[in-house]
Amino acid sequence: MATAPVKFYQVGSFAVGNRLLPPEQRSIQSDAERTNALTSGHRACQGCGEALGARYALDAAMRATDGKMIAVNATGCLEVFSTPYPESSWRIAWLHSLFGNAPAVATGVAAALKAQGRTDIRVVAQGGDGATVDIGFGALSGMFERNDDVLYICYDNEAYMNTGVQRSGATPPAARTATTQAVGPNPGNVFGQGKNLPRIAMAHEIPYVATATVADLRDLEAKVARAMEFRGARYLHLLVPCPLGWGSASCDTVRIARLATQSGLFPVFEAERGELVSSTPIRQRVGVEDYLKLQSRYGHLFSPKRREDVIDHLQANANRNIWRYNLVNADTKNADLLEPGTLS
Amino acid sequence: MLKQVEGSKAVADAVACCRPEVICAYPISPQTHIVEGLSRLVKAGELKNCEFVNVESEFAAMSVAIGSSATGARTYTATASQGLLFMVEAVFNASGLGLPIVMTVANRAIGGPINIWNDHSDSMSQRDSGWIQLYAETNQEAADLHVQAFRIAEELSLPVMVCMDGFILTHASEQVDIPEQEQVDAFLPPYLPRQVLNPDAPISIGAMVGPEAFTEVRYMAHAKTLLALEKIPKVAQDFEKIFHRTSGGLVRSYFCEGAETVVVALGSVLGTIKDVVDELREDGASIGVLGIITFRPFPFEAVKNALKNAKRIVVIEKAFSVGIGGIVAENIKTSIADQATPVYTVIAGLGGRPITKTSLDALFHRAFSDSLGPLTFLDLDQDLVNREIIREGSK
Repeated sequence: MATAPVKFYQVGSFAVGNRLLPPEQRSIQSDAERTNALTSGHRACQGCGEALGARYALDAAMRATDGKMIAVNATGCLEVFSTPYPESSWRIAWLHSLFGNAPAVATGVAAALKAQGRTDIRVVAQGGDGATVDIGFGALSGMFERNDDVLYICYDNEAYMNTGVQRSGATPPAARTATTQAVGPNPGNVFGQGKNLPRIAMAHEIPYVATATVADLRDLEAKVARAMEFRGARYLHLLVPCPLGWGSASCDTVRIARLATQSGLFPVFEAERGELVSSTPIRQRVGVEDYLKLQSRYGHLFSPKRREDVIDHLQANANRNIWRYNLVNADTKNADLLEPGTLS
Repeated sequence: MLKQVEGSKAVADAVACCRPEVICAYPISPQTHIVEGLSRLVKAGELKNCEFVNVESEFAAMSVAIGSSATGARTYTATASQGLLFMVEAVFNASGLGLPIVMTVANRAIGGPINIWNDHSDSMSQRDSGWIQLYAETNQEAADLHVQAFRIAEELSLPVMVCMDGFILTHASEQVDIPEQEQVDAFLPPYLPRQVLNPDAPISIGAMVGPEAFTEVRYMAHAKTLLALEKIPKVAQDFEKIFHRTSGGLVRSYFCEGAETVVVALGSVLGTIKDVVDELREDGASIGVLGIITFRPFPFEAVKNALKNAKRIVVIEKAFSVGIGGIVAENIKTSIADQATPVYTVIAGLGGRPITKTSLDALFHRAFSDSLGPLTFLDLDQDLVNREIIREGSK
C-alpha cells in the first residue's frame, strides 16, 4: 500500500504538508489539531531524527486510534530527552520501564486491556536500534511470536547514541563508532550480515512489517495508519539520522535520510504475514558515495586515502537491496547508475 | 474447603480466588506446578477475565507484569532461583514504580554449581529490591499469604513476594483449607490503582530522575515500605475474622516468652524446629522459637520485643552472604543492638540438604552450653573441606 508521492507542480517539489492540497489530503503533521504527542521543549539535539520520527509516528498513531492509545518506551535518547523529572514532553499515556523490555511491557499493557475488555485502546511500543535489535531482541521476538496486539516502532539511528555512539547490531558496515573506531587496516565497523530486523520480523510472519524514514512524512504516516488497521504484532522500522553520531550537519537530517533511500542502502517497503507487498521505488538514484560523504562516520573511506574497495562493497550492498526489493522502475531517474567503483 | 492437595495446587487455587487479570510466567522448577494450575484454570474458562501470557523469559515475565499492573490490572507471576535472578532488573523496576504485583518465589538454591533443590539464596538475594517479602511456614500459610499479599500490595501500592520453600512445600501434599471465593471476595476488594495508564487522563510513568530529587524519591520508597509494618498485622487480623484461622503477620512466637534460648528461622524449617523444641521442653529445657513471616520490611520492634528476655539466640538460615555469614542474623543483631545477648548464626539446608531433628537436637544442646561458634554450617563435612583447603593452598 505504498502512497503516491504528491508532486506540487506549482512549486516543483515533493514538499510535505503543503497548503496547496485539499485539507483531506494534507499530512497529519500539517494539521493544527494534531496531538503533538511529543511536544516542544524536550532536550533532543538539534536536527534529531528520532525526535522527528517519534512525533510523526505517534501523531499518526493517535489519529488512527482516535486518541485511544498507550505508548511504552525503552530506555534511550527518546526516553531521556523527553522526561527529565519533573518535566515531560509526552501528551499521551506513556510508560518507561527498562532498556531491554519495552516489547514485553507493551504485551502486559495489551494483556491488561484485553482482560478489562478495553481493546478499543491500542498499544504502541518504541525504542532505538540498540533496544530493538540487541538488548530487547528476545522480548521483541517473543512479542512477535505470540502475536500480541502491539505496534512496535524502532527508531534506527544505527548505534548507541545515548551512551556516546557505540556500535549496535544495527550499525552498518564500515561506519565509525566509539567502539569501532577509524583505526587499523579495516577501520570502522566490520562487514557482516548485521541484524536486519525488518526481515527477522517478516520471518515471524506477523500481520504487518514496514520500513520508512523521516524523509518521507506521507509514507511514514500512511504506514502507521495501515499498521493500525491490523490486530496482532506489527513492526515499523524507521531510519532516523543522528547528527551527533553520524557526524552530519543538523540541517541535513532529512536530506541524509532521503539519500539513504535513493541510494538503495535503506529499502522502503511493506510486508504482510511474511510476504513483501510493496516497495517504494527510488525516484532519483544516487551512488552510495553521495550518502556517505555527508557523514564524518564514513570520513575514513575518503581521507587520507580513498578506500575504493570499501565503497564498492557498500555500493554492492545497495545494489543488492535494489534487486531484492525491486526499487527501480521506469520512472526512476539514473536507474542504470554507473557500475560500482566507477563513481566520481 | 479442606482438601488434600499439593502446595502448588493450593497456591494456584488461592491465587485464582483473588481474581487476577493478568498472569505471566516462565517455567522453572519448583514453581511450575503453580502456573500450570493457573494456566489450566484460565484455558478452561474457570478463571474469567484473565489473560495468561506464556512469556519467553523471566525478564519478560516481570516486564509483562509491569505493563499490566501499570494499566490497572491485578497481576500475578511466579518464579524461583535462576529465574528470579534473570528478572532482577525488572524486579527493582517494579518496586521503584510502586506497582502492586504479587509474585511467588518457590525458594531454590542459586548456581553455580547448579542445584535445583531448596534453600533461600534466591529470595534473600532480593532483600534490598524494595519488595515486601513474606515467608510461608506451611502450605496453609502459603495459600493464605497470597490472599493477604494482594491486599497488602494494593493498599500500599508496593509489590509483594510470597516465598515458599521449593519442593518441601510446593511439592508436598497435605491438608489445606482452600480459601472460598465468597470469603476472598469479602476480604479483597477490586484493585483500584493509585495511578494508571489511561488515554483519557494521560500521565508519564517512569521519568528520569536526577541528583536533585533521586534521594527524596528513594527516601519515599523507604518510608512507604515501612508502612507495611502497620499494614501487615491489620491485614492478618482482618483475614482471621473472615477465614477463622491465623495466618501471616510480622513474626510468630512459639514459647518465646521466658525462654532462655530462642531459635529464629523462616519458612518450612520452623516445623522441624518446633518438633525438636517440643521434645526439649518436655525434658525441661527453656527454649522457644521465633518465626519470621515478614522479612522485608524487617520488623525490628516485633523482633526486639520477642527477644528481649532471651539469654541466647540461635538463628537458622537457609542462605548466607559469602564473606560475611548470616543475613537474617545480621538483621536480628541490629534489632537487639542494645542487648548483650549472644547471637549464634547457623547456616543450614543449603541446596536441599535435609535439616534433621538429630542435627538440630545436637545443635541446640551445644547452644545451651554456649559452646557454639558465632557461625556454624550445620552438618558440614569439615574433614572434606579441610583437605580441599590444604590442597588449594599447596598450589
